[in-house]
Order: sequence, then structure tokens, then C-alpha cells
Amino acid sequence: MPTSADGGAGLAALYQERILDHYRRPRHKGALERATGVHSVKNPLCGDDVTVAVLERDGVVVDARFTGTGCSIMQAAASMLMELVRGRTRSEIDALSQRFDEMLAGGEPDDSLGEMSALAGVAAFPARHKCARLPWRALAETVDGRR
Amino acid sequence: MSAAGAVFGDLRPDFPLLAASPKLVYLDSAATSQKPRVVLDAIREFYETANANPHRGAYKLSGAATDAYHGARATIAKFLGASDTDTLIFTRGTTESLNLLASAWGHSHVHRGDRIVVTRLEHHANFVPWQQLARAVGAEFRICELNEVGQVDLGQLRALVTANTKVVAFGHVSNALGTVNDVREIVKIAHAVGAVAFCDGAQGAPHLRVGFDALGVDAYAFSGHKMLGPMGIGGVIVRRKLLDAMPPYQFGGDMIEFVFDGDTTWNTLPYKFEAGTPNVEGAVGLAAAVRYLDGLGMDAVRAHEVELSRYALARLGEIDGIVVHGPVTAEERSGVVSFSLGDIHPHDLSTMLDVDGVCVRAGHHCAQPLMRALKVTATVRASFYVYNTTADIDALAASLRKAKERFGAHVG
Repeated sequence: MPTSADGGAGLAALYQERILDHYRRPRHKGALERATGVHSVKNPLCGDDVTVAVLERDGVVVDARFTGTGCSIMQAAASMLMELVRGRTRSEIDALSQRFDEMLAGGEPDDSLGEMSALAGVAAFPARHKCARLPWRALAETVDGRR
Repeated sequence: MSAAGAVFGDLRPDFPLLAASPKLVYLDSAATSQKPRVVLDAIREFYETANANPHRGAYKLSGAATDAYHGARATIAKFLGASDTDTLIFTRGTTESLNLLASAWGHSHVHRGDRIVVTRLEHHANFVPWQQLARAVGAEFRICELNEVGQVDLGQLRALVTANTKVVAFGHVSNALGTVNDVREIVKIAHAVGAVAFCDGAQGAPHLRVGFDALGVDAYAFSGHKMLGPMGIGGVIVRRKLLDAMPPYQFGGDMIEFVFDGDTTWNTLPYKFEAGTPNVEGAVGLAAAVRYLDGLGMDAVRAHEVELSRYALARLGEIDGIVVHGPVTAEERSGVVSFSLGDIHPHDLSTMLDVDGVCVRAGHHCAQPLMRALKVTATVRASFYVYNTTADIDALAASLRKAKERFGAHVG
């Protein structure tokens, strides 16, 4: 019987209060003056888009903001990610990105991801993995393609 | 109305997937329909009794395959109201059919300075091929806008279809909004300037009596998998004189007459447009599907869907915060209801409905130009077919209420 996850329990994990809170009151949403890297990505499936702007100094992300439209998972992931990456180096961010992917594959919350560990519930909804990864994809390009 | 709803009894037992999942609420038939057992049986029977390559062997079995393939073409042409059977060209589906028209007819008939007109309702498959043709040959590409309830603005269409217009390409029924277009009027507008009228019937053929001969369009494209048939089969019916004036679309086996070292002559219709080994199982399966639809009667199918749409519009209308896009009445639409619920993102809604076993489509419905005009990035779409009942719509409404509660204050 092809339904996602395990009914109500999976849904409760997916839409837990911490995630909905970031969705309703996103942190670090808006434009970033003097950004050193900006990148936008689109999810062609739904037309959602996110733009991530970072300010890097001496190889450290000192500020990061996002703009865009999208579902609660994408918005919450972006909001949490902006918090997570402050004060991190590029190699630290790469390692976190890897851990995030592993969390989506395995479904076990990973405390090293801070609040983002709340997104472990997305693991049970493969159709939504893309939503949670979208801000990471934008972020990777801002770091790689520094202007 | 009875609890099961509408015109037929419960058809779920005829559909193995639905029969095996009694709790599944399948409301995404505009994407693809479920398949009745008779279709699956017909495919199996073909392979068990008549499988060989048609048109190839001089042996009896190849003849049986040829007969199966041609018999299917005749059955489907008759169902769609086309008396000239050999003008039905089998393709992989509507997308390939429209590409065939844009490529084979378009490149030989549309030139620099000509105009191509489509509408704001089009699926990407009836938009991008024409847009790209216009770019390739230097033609104008114009889009006819809609009125406030998602219907083609016929006044604007009359103004857009000028003397240099070569083709008006439009959908019979919108996949995104369910709008049923006034085909005869659009044909009249195209023909008044000598343009051809090509109709994307992907959402028309499954739900409405097509009557190709009387409809007036110059070509009608359709997909088998949206009308109870298998995936990978569909076709296009084209006026014979257009097919005769078009070069082939693809080259290969079957479509040739004589191949010389330096040149080749083409086979007769329909083979000229069917290169390579055809999808016989698909054709046979689709023939079984249209026989099933014929058994129900397309007028009854239409009546059933109007009733379900009316019921859905009423039930969804009771939920605060629901905005339904597209035509106001059930009579003006096919069995499609596209909507938004407050500021809940369609993907969030779709996930929450999925957990209750309710399958709906969330997204741009392959109609990004339309979504931009509606000023939404996506909608949720519930679409109905012969096996749906009012109970399915009740389940949808109940699940929507739950979703709304979960997202709480942000609705409305």
C-alpha cells in the first residue's frame, strides 16, 4: 500500500513545532549587504526558489541570509541553515552538508547539526528530500563561486 | 445523490490496483489513470497468443500481430470519431504527437514573419515545441491570455489570429484548471484566416466525446495512459491532406517504400509516420481501454465527472481558506479542481494528504506560464475519473481540514 511513512507519527515528526516555528518566523531572512557570495537555485518540480547570500571574512562565514518562496520544509531548512553556518569555515560546512545528507538517508537525528537535527523526520518522506536540500545547494554555490 | 455517488456503481473492483488498496483515494487521474483488468488482460493475451513483429514476416504469427495492431487502430479511431482510420498515427503519447506536428508540419509550413498562436492555458508540451519552432524559423510566437476564471479570452484570440497566422495550438481541456475550451469557436477563428487548428486532447479524449470528424480541428493529439490505457502509447489524428503535405517525422524501418543508395521514397499512411517496430502491446491495451470506456458511454463518463466536480466544489467551498482556481461551475470544467488552502504550501498539503492515503498533485502542473499569470508558484490539484466516488471527495475534504488544523493560524 503506497503511502508515505507511518501515518500520523511520521507526519508529527515532519511537522514538529520547531520546524513550523522556523517556517512561521524565519531567522536571517532578507538581503545581505556586502555579500561575498550569492546564489539562487530553483526546484523545478514545484517552482520553489531560494537565494542564499553569505559574507565571508578570512575563510569564515560571518553572516548568511536567505530569501525565496517555498514550502515549510524548505523555509525551515533555510532558516536553520543560516544559523548553523555562522562562524564556520568552508570545510566545516562541507562536513555538515555530508552529515545532513546522511541524516536524510538514515533518519536518525544528528546533534552536530544543531536545530537542523529536527529535520530528521524528512527522511521518511523521500519526495521531500529535495525541499530540505535546496538551501544547502544554494549555499554550496556561494562558497564555491566566491566573487 | 447516493453515497457512492453519481452515474455508475462502484467501478473499483474492475481496477486491480484500487481493488487491492481499498483505502487509497486516487485523485490524480489527470496525471495518469489507473488501468482496468481488461487492459492488463489484453496486453498479456497479445504476448501469449499473437506476439511477432507486425508487417515483417510472411508467416501467420506475424499476420496475427499485424491484425492486432490494425484492429487496435480501427477501434481507437472509431472511438475518437475519425472515419479515416489511417490518419491516426500512433506515437508515445501527446508530447510526441505535438512534437511531430511542430517538427514535421511546422518546419515545412511556418516561415520567417509568420505567426504562431497558443493560449496561456497550455501544458508545456503544447507550448515549448511551438515556442522553439518560432525561434528556429523566425516566426512570431503569441500567447492568448485568459479571462478572470481561466477561460481563453476569445475576443483577444480573434485579434491575435491575424492573416499571417499559420497555426493556432490549444488544449481541449486544461490539465491545470480543468477549463473546457470552446473548440468549435477557436477552430472558426483559426480557419477564418486560413490557419490550421491543432488541439492537444490529452485531457479531452479521456473525459469528453471527441467526435474528430465533426470537431473541425486539423489535428487532435492524445495519450493512452490518461484514458485507462498503458503508458507509452498515444497518437495524433491529422487531416489527410496535411499528412500528405508533411515530410516524415522520423526515419527508419516500416516508414520507407524503396531505399536507393542516394534517396528514399516513403510508405503510405499511416506507416510514413511510424518508423521502427511499433508499440503493439500499447495499441492493443489502449483499444481494450476505449472498449471499456465505450461500455460505460462517454456521455455517462462526462455526467459522472460533472457530478463529482459539483460535489467537490461544494465540499471544498465549505472549508474556510480554500481558493479554487478556474471556471466557476462544474459544467464549465472537466473533472479537475485546482486550489490553494490559505498560505499552506501545496507540497506541504500534498504530503499531509498522502499520509491519509489521498493522492493529489502539487506543483506547477507543467504549466509555468499559467502559474505566473495566476500569481502562484504552485497549486494542489485533485482530478477525478470513472472510478472515483463522492466518498473519495469526502476523504479529501476531511484530510484538508486536518491539514488546516496542523498549520493552524496561518490559514485564511
